[in-house]
Amino acid sequence: MLSRLMFLPAALLFFSPLHAAVEDSVKELATVGREGSGNEAASTAWKKVVTEGPKALPALLAATGKGGPVGDNWLRLACDTIVDTALQAKQPLPLAEIEAFLKNTKNEGNARQLAFDLIAKADATLADKIEPGLISDPVQELRRGAVQRLITSAKAKTGDDAKGAYLHALDAVRDEDQTNEIAGELKKLGTAVDLPKHFGFLMKWNIIGPFENTERKGFDTAFPPEREVKLDAAYEGKKDKDGKPTVVKWKPFESRDERGKLDFNKPFGPLKEVTSYAMTTFDSATDREAELRLGCKNGWKVWLNGELLFGRDEYHRGAQMDQYKMKCSLKKGANTILVKCCQNEQTEQWTVEWEFQLRVCDGTGTAIVAAK
Amino acid sequence: MKRLLALTLAALPFPLAAADWPQFRGPDSTGTVADATIPAKPKIDWTAPLPGRGLASPIIIGEKVFVTCSSGPKQERLHVFCFNFADGKKIWERELKATGRTMSHQKTSIAACTPCSDGKRVFALWSSNDLAAFDLDGNLLWLRGLTVDYPNVSNSLGMASSPIVIGETLVTVIENDSESYTVGIDVKTGRNLWKLDRPKAANWSSPVPWRADAKSPAIAVLQSSKGLTGVDPASGSVLWNYAEGASTSSSSVVAQGVIYAPSNGITALTPQANGSAPEQVWRSKQVNPATISPVVLNGKIFAFNSAGVLSTADIKSGDSKWKLRLTGPFSGSPVGANGRLVAVNEKGLVQIVDVTAPEGVALGQLQLPLKEGSKELVLSTPALSGEHVFIRADSALWRLSE
Repeated sequence: MLSRLMFLPAALLFFSPLHAAVEDSVKELATVGREGSGNEAASTAWKKVVTEGPKALPALLAATGKGGPVGDNWLRLACDTIVDTALQAKQPLPLAEIEAFLKNTKNEGNARQLAFDLIAKADATLADKIEPGLISDPVQELRRGAVQRLITSAKAKTGDDAKGAYLHALDAVRDEDQTNEIAGELKKLGTAVDLPKHFGFLMKWNIIGPFENTERKGFDTAFPPEREVKLDAAYEGKKDKDGKPTVVKWKPFESRDERGKLDFNKPFGPLKEVTSYAMTTFDSATDREAELRLGCKNGWKVWLNGELLFGRDEYHRGAQMDQYKMKCSLKKGANTILVKCCQNEQTEQWTVEWEFQLRVCDGTGTAIVAAK
Repeated sequence: MKRLLALTLAALPFPLAAADWPQFRGPDSTGTVADATIPAKPKIDWTAPLPGRGLASPIIIGEKVFVTCSSGPKQERLHVFCFNFADGKKIWERELKATGRTMSHQKTSIAACTPCSDGKRVFALWSSNDLAAFDLDGNLLWLRGLTVDYPNVSNSLGMASSPIVIGETLVTVIENDSESYTVGIDVKTGRNLWKLDRPKAANWSSPVPWRADAKSPAIAVLQSSKGLTGVDPASGSVLWNYAEGASTSSSSVVAQGVIYAPSNGITALTPQANGSAPEQVWRSKQVNPATISPVVLNGKIFAFNSAGVLSTADIKSGDSKWKLRLTGPFSGSPVGANGRLVAVNEKGLVQIVDVTAPEGVALGQLQLPLKEGSKELVLSTPALSGEHVFIRADSALWRLSE
């Protein structure tokens, strides 16, 4: 009942109220569960909602982003089908209402993205008119088109005009490829871009290692840093090549990489079958929701304030910025981030990397600046 | 006439018609279909534009051709297109957003897994492990986000295994270095019938159906770096294992009850009814399919290496026959019918081979008009239906005929 009430008020903003049965159908779509749970009911509901036609669109938009991502796809596919059918039948669509929904930034980001997609499908001219106004939108994907317009505009300028236009675009850009393009052009114009600051890469760490990862067993082994973060402690590390015990201690390490990569090969040498840890403290100005975004081609785990966020034991299949997005809650003040990074036994040239890149940002990809 | 026959058959209670090409490498994943005719000198009948990226093969059910794509800056937009068989006009299109990871090697794409059909439904799987079922008119039947369900199911190079339908089960291989499964999914509801733990290793090969003879029910043959596993598609029970390793890229092919596995070259295997390991009929390292799946035609097995050398062996003995150099490189697999093979290299050169000639003879060629000024490659495997060949690149789907 609560869920139904949650979806209802937004639907009432548009067109005539839907039948309660259709509202229930929208809810079925939004609340499908894991492993196909709710699929049968959703399948029936999907047909009912699509049959309802354009007047179901507001309710579908209002429900988007309030369930899970699979539910959002049920809703998106219903919207998409309704709009396709209406366009073929030359039926009117509530584009003004959908535009109003898009412009209300209190609505869910996924829902607003869907609203823009529907407008773009139904009326490309209207979408073209709306897009430049999305330059500071809280939804990363919605900004992209507006940023691209600024880049295109800047390319037509020279000297200080071009520089000013690229700097304007830099303020708005969140996507890596567009940022690279803008930074490249600014560099040609004599302006260096601080990419670690722009993206929010964490550069200053304490590191410790190497510990064992023979036969890749280190990934599931809880070495001492997972039990305590004590920067003055000393632990037994991986035995040396003669089989003798070693002692490992925490030491500070600062990345100088413009992509914020912490390369363990630099302090430890190009080792194989090893595990190391990096720890840093991030000061948050407030209690807030955030994302830790990691790029890594080694086995890894990430903890925030002692809580394991995620881990993955895949080696050397590739890395990229924001490869893994971990939603988290930062507390006001100091937050401890611990990263475990495992190197495996492979000896090919493309398996040398033993590194990661991590940043703290909000859901739009905007860097969160540490309070200290 | 063959289409007419196919449509007549389609109206009967049998869900699949003779001219259908319902999954990767066609009916029973053999790369052949009995009633098809490959043109000696192909030309383009029609072109349907496609958005974004894709190397998934088209599939054909009745008068409809289905193909998947991915688009967007991170290929996060997933598309299913339905085109009219006769003229290539779009009948419907559906778009969803990836719920799993969309990272892949730049050469491949998120639309790498060929969709499949049971004749009533189309099942589309992407590298993000999003799985969607539609009826043939584009109505959504069910959805799964397999990385939502199992958060460590992904491959940073991209996933590519194509699902198959056996009976009421969609056999979906989502094997990778971390959380590695094959899942049997109910075609009607999208719920799991079973979930099998699989070797923790990246795997791009596709499952194939195997039956002892035409009257026997099919089982699913799963392939991995460890070897082959026979699985009851209804229950997920493991029936037998072959543990001598196999390719994680090219897939097996089945003909007349024998599995020709890309294992130590090609190994011909006959599964046993008693649960013991399949009996080895022959093994040949002379026929090495590299990353490309072999095909059986006219009593011979054919395999390309990536450089474009077509090698062949007798399917009974494994004895090597002739070799023929075509123009490579290849990523897509060849398919065959009426004594001919059709293979398309990465640069879009369609090449027809007459395999009935004593040493094999290259027949016609056709250069596909790839998108100008792009680095577009053809990485897909063709589909056959009637007198036509269907092939797709990123930017287009083409129908070819004589």
